[in-house]
Amino acid sequence: MKNTLRQVFHSPKFVIGFVIFAALLLTTIIYPIVVTADPLEMVGNGNFFKPGTYVSVKDAVEGTRYTLNIDVKSGSLDNKISAEDKEAMKEWLLKFGGLTEADIDTNDVEGLIGLWEANYSADAQQKGLTASKKKYYVRLNNSIDGILLDNDVIIARENPETGELEQSATVGSREFVNTKDVANRRTFILGTDNFGRDVLTELVQATKTSLRVGIIAGVIATLIGLFLGLISGYVGGVVDDIIMFITNMFTVIPSFVLLILISYSVGQNARGVNLVGIIIGLTSWTWTTRSVRSQVISLRNRDHVNLSKLSGHSMMRIVLTDILPYLASYVVMAFILQISSGILSEAQLSMLGLGPSTSTAATLGLMMNWATAYAAPLNGSWWAYFPVVVTIALIAFSLNLMNTGLDQVFNPQLRD
Amino acid sequence: MSDKRAACLSGKGVTKIFGMGDKKTVAVDHVDFDFREGEIVSIVGESGSGKTTLSKMLLGLISVTEGEVMFQGKPRDIGNSKKKKEYWKGIQAIFQDPFSSYNTFNKIDAVLLDCINMRGGKNLPYEEKFEMMREACSFVNLEFKELTNKYPFELSGGQMQRLMIARIFLLKPKILLADEPTSMIDACSRATILDMLLKLRDEINMTIIFITHDIGLAYYVSDSVYIMEHGKFVEHGTAEDVILRPKAAYTQRLINDVPKIYEEWDLSTV
Repeated sequence: MKNTLRQVFHSPKFVIGFVIFAALLLTTIIYPIVVTADPLEMVGNGNFFKPGTYVSVKDAVEGTRYTLNIDVKSGSLDNKISAEDKEAMKEWLLKFGGLTEADIDTNDVEGLIGLWEANYSADAQQKGLTASKKKYYVRLNNSIDGILLDNDVIIARENPETGELEQSATVGSREFVNTKDVANRRTFILGTDNFGRDVLTELVQATKTSLRVGIIAGVIATLIGLFLGLISGYVGGVVDDIIMFITNMFTVIPSFVLLILISYSVGQNARGVNLVGIIIGLTSWTWTTRSVRSQVISLRNRDHVNLSKLSGHSMMRIVLTDILPYLASYVVMAFILQISSGILSEAQLSMLGLGPSTSTAATLGLMMNWATAYAAPLNGSWWAYFPVVVTIALIAFSLNLMNTGLDQVFNPQLRD
Repeated sequence: MSDKRAACLSGKGVTKIFGMGDKKTVAVDHVDFDFREGEIVSIVGESGSGKTTLSKMLLGLISVTEGEVMFQGKPRDIGNSKKKKEYWKGIQAIFQDPFSSYNTFNKIDAVLLDCINMRGGKNLPYEEKFEMMREACSFVNLEFKELTNKYPFELSGGQMQRLMIARIFLLKPKILLADEPTSMIDACSRATILDMLLKLRDEINMTIIFITHDIGLAYYVSDSVYIMEHGKFVEHGTAEDVILRPKAAYTQRLINDVPKIYEEWDLSTV
């Protein structure tokens, strides 16, 4: 036993898989201790805020200000006018502004804006442009309007008594605040999702829930598979025929279809996290049964089983002490694979909208479902779905790697 | 063959058929036998002749398709697990491959303690059990102190097979079915194991049913010999009669197939 464990932990594949899995597991345990915020709290008032640190504007205005002598103009211009806008401006100027390629330099933003302000007119003849494109240019023009002005911004406050605006501060373009000075700030490492929830916190909780679904499914599938496989293989005869008939029936019907049907018929309200785990477990035991059975059949004719019978041991004891230990390594491997496939099944189900219906916990599949439902892939909000995909891939990868490592330890033929 | 010895295990028309219909295989085909107390009987035949199937039927590990087995003059009754357990107090076995005969997860002590428990010594104090185990091990020239707390796979093949005999020594059955107990063991250990079996027979007066493909070995140890071909007994009688004056052609062939060091080996019959 000790020796086997040492061998297992000397298999590089198992160790890598184990480290990844343990890291994920530890994160799900430690992160909630450090970050106590409710993972499903809707912090953001809107969809898909970009990853980054958010500081309170009011605090920033009222806080200590520092003047830095750096060029801020081109930086803020670049930020305000995207590369596409610049190309569109160049295109308009070439077509309708009567300018040539040599006149326009898109790298010089200030020059480009100067040319634009000199030449653009919304009333000009714009042949070949669609109405929407025309409107786009109007909007662009409005947003550029006054962009080159370098006036201070005046902060005004309403006097509660007279109702008049009173200037309280001015902000120059070279004035900065240190983000550390701002009392109210929040960092969203992975931005927010469509509900305005912090994706990272939600992801950690979702990983935890998905692992729970996977482990529930794995335990149930392995227990059913092991139990039926042992009985079917050891008892044989009619019992074997009946069990194998049921198993074959479940194998022939694609388990995913079965999963969808059961999930659907259970109903939206009853489908909690645990129930989905149970449902997945109840539909994925067939391969474990088949392989346990075949192993038991080859074991039950071994001499040590015969000897155990001759020693007067009961069937229960023979199965538990003379057959089960020989299967243990195999069962552990099957269990690991069942967890991995359970997590994937949950993700698939949730993508179809048949996953756990819950307002208290997110799962990896639900996060993907929300991201696709709110078109995150279309509007470029990669943070809403990409980390989820990576997490699912890491879980499946680490579990399968552990399985391969174990396989190599227990089946020396496979060692490389 | 002396008829004054009491009948111990006999059978009439014992048959084993595997499968059904077209796939039917008759492994053992209506064999009659009569083994007597204290006798060493050899069942000799080539691979696939049904020796092992017959031995498993005699042990009650597989069912008998047809025919009747009599144990100590009465029809054998192994209908339920309790009766089976009782039957196995009277009949025990040593298998061919010592390496697969042990559960590798159990220690040697457990194997021997099982035997003591089966003989009704479950509630004995540990000192007494220890003494019994030590005695059994010393009978087969093993030192129990060196074996205790060891796993079977830490032993050599010869030691494992000797431990099997120690097991029989503790169980003291009426009948021992030895299914090629020496075929996986080198020639030097073979003689030791056979001598131990014979010594044990003398000690507790048990019947040994010796299943082997080696007719020379059968001649060396047995009182009577049964020759088995394709699931049938083609010849039986005392060892001298069968081996020195064979009647059946098959027996003749088996005798010719024994390799001889100083003679040229007749390969024409192989």
